[in-house]
Amino acid sequence: METKKTSLYQLHQDCNAKFVEFAGYQMPIQYSEGIVEEHKFTRNHSGIFDVSHMGQLFIYGGDELIGDLEKIFPLDLKNLKLNHSKYSFLMDKDAGIQDDLIITKIDEGFLIILNAACKDNDFKILKELLNEKYKMVLDENRSLIAIQGPKSSQILNDIVDGVKDLNFMSGDWFTFENQKVYITRSGYTGEDGFEISIVNDFVDKLTRELINKGSKLIGLGARDTLRLEAGLCLYGHDLDKDKTPVEANLKWAISKERISKGDFIGSDIIIKQLNDGVSKIRVGIKPEGRIIAREKTKIFNQSDVHIGEITSGTFGPSVNGPVAMGYVENEFSKKNTKVFLEVRGKKHPASICSLPFYKKSYVKGVN
Amino acid sequence: MSEVKYSKEHEWIKLDGDVATIGITKHATEMLGDIVFAELPEKGSNVDKDGTAGVVESTKAASDVYTPVSGEVVDINQAIVDDPSKINQDPEDSAWFFKLKIKDPSEMDTLMNKDDYDKFAKETSA
Repeated sequence: METKKTSLYQLHQDCNAKFVEFAGYQMPIQYSEGIVEEHKFTRNHSGIFDVSHMGQLFIYGGDELIGDLEKIFPLDLKNLKLNHSKYSFLMDKDAGIQDDLIITKIDEGFLIILNAACKDNDFKILKELLNEKYKMVLDENRSLIAIQGPKSSQILNDIVDGVKDLNFMSGDWFTFENQKVYITRSGYTGEDGFEISIVNDFVDKLTRELINKGSKLIGLGARDTLRLEAGLCLYGHDLDKDKTPVEANLKWAISKERISKGDFIGSDIIIKQLNDGVSKIRVGIKPEGRIIAREKTKIFNQSDVHIGEITSGTFGPSVNGPVAMGYVENEFSKKNTKVFLEVRGKKHPASICSLPFYKKSYVKGVN
Repeated sequence: MSEVKYSKEHEWIKLDGDVATIGITKHATEMLGDIVFAELPEKGSNVDKDGTAGVVESTKAASDVYTPVSGEVVDINQAIVDDPSKINQDPEDSAWFFKLKIKDPSEMDTLMNKDDYDKFAKETSA
């Protein structure tokens, strides 16, 4: 299959992007300034991310759809207000995570943002689960960009008036060049920011205007260091079919109301794990010194027993040191537990720590 | 002082008497991106030609550093361990990696001169 290009491909080239193939797309891994500078610019100023490879799934329907989706997602969708978003996951019957996603209530139904590598499979699964009762569009005509960092609100508001009044995890329709754009206050960097869904033909113009106002394009490399510092999971690494939301330490995202009903896919396992505990759990891991422990690094306890594995690990530019997360046996998951990481044949000391590594600065408000 | 020679693994080596100073090339740093970690051989240890003698890591990945000649490690550049970003800033001078008391000067003959290396680097990165 030929690799796809997003509508910003030309702009990425104009900005000297280095490309990598990611989930079947040619995506920018970094631009000329490099990952560390791009990361810091996002934290201190404002960065734009092309996330058009991600799936934008529109499902149209009313109350019946809400009921049907509640059988799939562990969310209290009946009480999800218009234009509000929730983080969730698509689970199999064993509560294994098939994708993690953001679902937003819109006028005509729901908008679900899916991971690029999972979107086609998710579409198939959801279509089957919903018995083809509803109109579903995995919209290839819309692009998705994120603008993240402390200056983003002012920069975007200069172009799209009113966005600065949005609260975190909520959105609305706005207009840009007479085009309807759907903007949510959200993101995946640990910074305040927005995600903008806009038709392909206008994304280049909007992005160039954001750059003219002082924001900069940021590659997938810095997106990864930013999200890891923020303690956020990356599907296919920190989350996959062999892990449940409880094991992934994401039980905050499961509605208590829905657990009491226990009628969603995977609920048997989720309820059992919430009651009995889990054998492995996701934790933050801070290596001592400068050693970087990457994905698949083995974790040992103080008696040299293998107790888990790193699922994401890199150097955190804002932390100015190595950061990692992974899964360990539950009894070793307490904060400050000493562990050892095997890197290039040698065991290096590290400790279990709470997430995030870098403190968030989301804009919260009264709902 | 002899001319600077280069290896196919993108190390440079400068011989001064029987002591060689070794580092990685500017081209190597450009391929790696931002270097955030460096590990060097132990002072007093012996390293063999083409064997691993250290590690550099960028935000993206880890790469071994090889020694282009055999010898005993007589000095290491602690400054790049303490601040690995120095390697991106000045890779072919102040951000050298280690110094070797070389065993066999003829090993130098197997390495490339600057023109050959530049050609090699251009071809292999295309």
